[in-house]
Amino acid sequence: MSKTITIDGKVIPFEEGQTIMDAAMAAGIYIPHLCHQPEFTPHGSCKLCTVKVNGRNCSACTFPAMDGQDVLSETEELINDRRKITQMLFVEGNHLCPGCEKTGNCQLQAVGYHLNMLDNHFPLFYPDREVDASHPDVMLDQNRCILCTLCVRASQQEDGKNVFAISGRGIDKHLIANAESGLLKDTDLDATDRAAHICPTGAILVKRTGYQVPIGQRIYDHKEIDQVSLETEHLQHGE
Amino acid sequence: MYEHLETAENRDSLKRVVVDPVSRVEGHGKVTLLLDENNKVQQARLHIVEFRGFERFIQGRPYWELPVLVQRLCGICPVSHHLAAAKAIDQLVGIDPENLPVSADKLRRLLHFGQVMQSHALHFFHLSSPDLLFGFESDISKRSIVAVLVNYPDIGVQGVKLRKYGQEVIRMVSGKRIHGTGAIAGGMNKSLSKAERDYLLEDIDQMIDWAAGSVALIKKVHCSNLPYYDDFATIRSNYLSLTKPDGALELYHGGIRAKNERGETIMDHIDYCKYNDYIHEEVRSWTYMKFPYLLSLGQEQGWYRVGPLARVNNCDYIDTPLAEAARVEFKAHSGEAMVHSTLAFHWTRLIEVLHCAESIKQLLNDPDIMGHDLVAQGEKRYEGIGVIEAPRGTLFHHYQVDENNIVTKANLIVSTTSNNMGMNESVRQVAAEYLSGRELTEPLLNNLEVAIRAYDPCLSCATHAVGKMPLQLELVDAEGKLIDKLIKHSDGQIERDNA
Repeated sequence: MSKTITIDGKVIPFEEGQTIMDAAMAAGIYIPHLCHQPEFTPHGSCKLCTVKVNGRNCSACTFPAMDGQDVLSETEELINDRRKITQMLFVEGNHLCPGCEKTGNCQLQAVGYHLNMLDNHFPLFYPDREVDASHPDVMLDQNRCILCTLCVRASQQEDGKNVFAISGRGIDKHLIANAESGLLKDTDLDATDRAAHICPTGAILVKRTGYQVPIGQRIYDHKEIDQVSLETEHLQHGE
Repeated sequence: MYEHLETAENRDSLKRVVVDPVSRVEGHGKVTLLLDENNKVQQARLHIVEFRGFERFIQGRPYWELPVLVQRLCGICPVSHHLAAAKAIDQLVGIDPENLPVSADKLRRLLHFGQVMQSHALHFFHLSSPDLLFGFESDISKRSIVAVLVNYPDIGVQGVKLRKYGQEVIRMVSGKRIHGTGAIAGGMNKSLSKAERDYLLEDIDQMIDWAAGSVALIKKVHCSNLPYYDDFATIRSNYLSLTKPDGALELYHGGIRAKNERGETIMDHIDYCKYNDYIHEEVRSWTYMKFPYLLSLGQEQGWYRVGPLARVNNCDYIDTPLAEAARVEFKAHSGEAMVHSTLAFHWTRLIEVLHCAESIKQLLNDPDIMGHDLVAQGEKRYEGIGVIEAPRGTLFHHYQVDENNIVTKANLIVSTTSNNMGMNESVRQVAAEYLSGRELTEPLLNNLEVAIRAYDPCLSCATHAVGKMPLQLELVDAEGKLIDKLIKHSDGQIERDNA
């Protein structure tokens, strides 16, 4: 008899070694997330996938599924918490959606819509952050980085490189490029690397490609992020 | 003319009247009048009190963001900023206008005709028609589009639908009615599908009919109020616009032509990339808006007007038949080489609406509009200049980038800036000829706003508030004592406070 967990009252099976996120995705249940991509080692940093497991808050992307777990996800309390987390991500950086080329393809923006985030709620930090446009084909705009580390992991785990890392602590934490100069041009990053394409926001962008996809044909123009996530990431979980 | 009213000599002893904000215009401005003890106007100025700073904060951003970033200057004519920036960044990827793919060029033109059509329709019907249909000094309750819809329902509905059609053209080409995308460096990101083309073709004949009807309406309003309409706020000026190589009216791309008040050519077919050799800007301390002038004529004589009146005055003909016939009638009404009537801005604006509607029909029937060769690439350059005829006049975008494609310098001359001197002169003319010596009343002061409104200024290049802008007028005597005060609340109520 296969092992099961319960998510919001729905009993779903899981296999040994799967996280709650893995099991949920395989069962067609969306749990909001930004720092998680099934191909890469879970990081558990964005905290959007926080669920309540047997009464305790856990990150669904890192917490192993165990037989008989009672998981709560779509409760009013958790939805409110996720909205607040998203609002904090917005105010910590400079996320100006109207002019951003990632608009319509941005997971941060799409999660904001999904969670019915109607304002920033918190005061904007307006941090002074750098744009590194030194690389001929890839641009790093720190204004939009949410420190999800997907680029760090993609570079290490898929590209076989070590282009990005996180440096600093607390509010000073930031993404760095692995070069003595600190500039992207002095790394071995290529525009074809996975790390150049995996950013869920508009922090890492391939140059000169902005706005080429017309409005109406962007990822989230006609589908919400839950549908897109289940359609595209579901298979990557390898059921 | 009326320059002597720009700065009074004995300012401390004069009464100060402020119209703040000027309503039913795009953005925020105010008018100040200084009156002597006999209520004679001694000084009149239009101040632009907003500061946007776009030229500074786009520095440090990559060039491909420009068309989308700078269109946020404006909620009324974003497409014009979008396309002016696109023309500039075309050059950054080595593409001059003649090398743009044919389909991309026609799609941009279609987009821009939609823009000019909707902006002009908005201005005439929503913002100005109340003044023109009910009278400049009519009851304030009548001076709104709502009153037009009640008293002239056919005209009101046609205005709303003409604007909507222009917006639908924009939506089909750029994805959204306001602040879409569309133009990218070297081309466009999509063409029209057959379904989109057919959707727009459905109503275009109706739009041409209504546009022709609106030209007939403004002609009737104008000509039945002569000579008042030819005199009110009227100033003799130079005019500047783009024209086609053969001298035809042009809204998207052409050479710079300037004519003087007698219709003599000051310059013609000037490559706009050399605009800096011909046009400079002067700064004055009492307003955030600069004063551009033609270098060859100097600061005193070189100011000029732009916009529909300039374009129709400057062009040799219009290349669509109904608009051309309307242009000929328009020019014939004055008998002068150049029409200087400020209220004729309205007439020429509607001639352009007709031209846009006719041109949209031509483009929709052109198979290139559904073509798929949309983007061209050339050699990278470090400087790009894009100039376009925005609804309100000639619009200049000028950018420099570094080797990493980051913007290092930007200069924008927006249309309303070019009309700065014209608007100030018109305000002074109205103040001197129509207000001077009379008792201050709200309807009387609306005359000043009518003069400014004729230019359809976009004072901040920002979104507008229609009809309900709060307004406060104060009359202060020579000792600084408040002797009269009129307050228009945001709910439209008028209050008089005889302090």
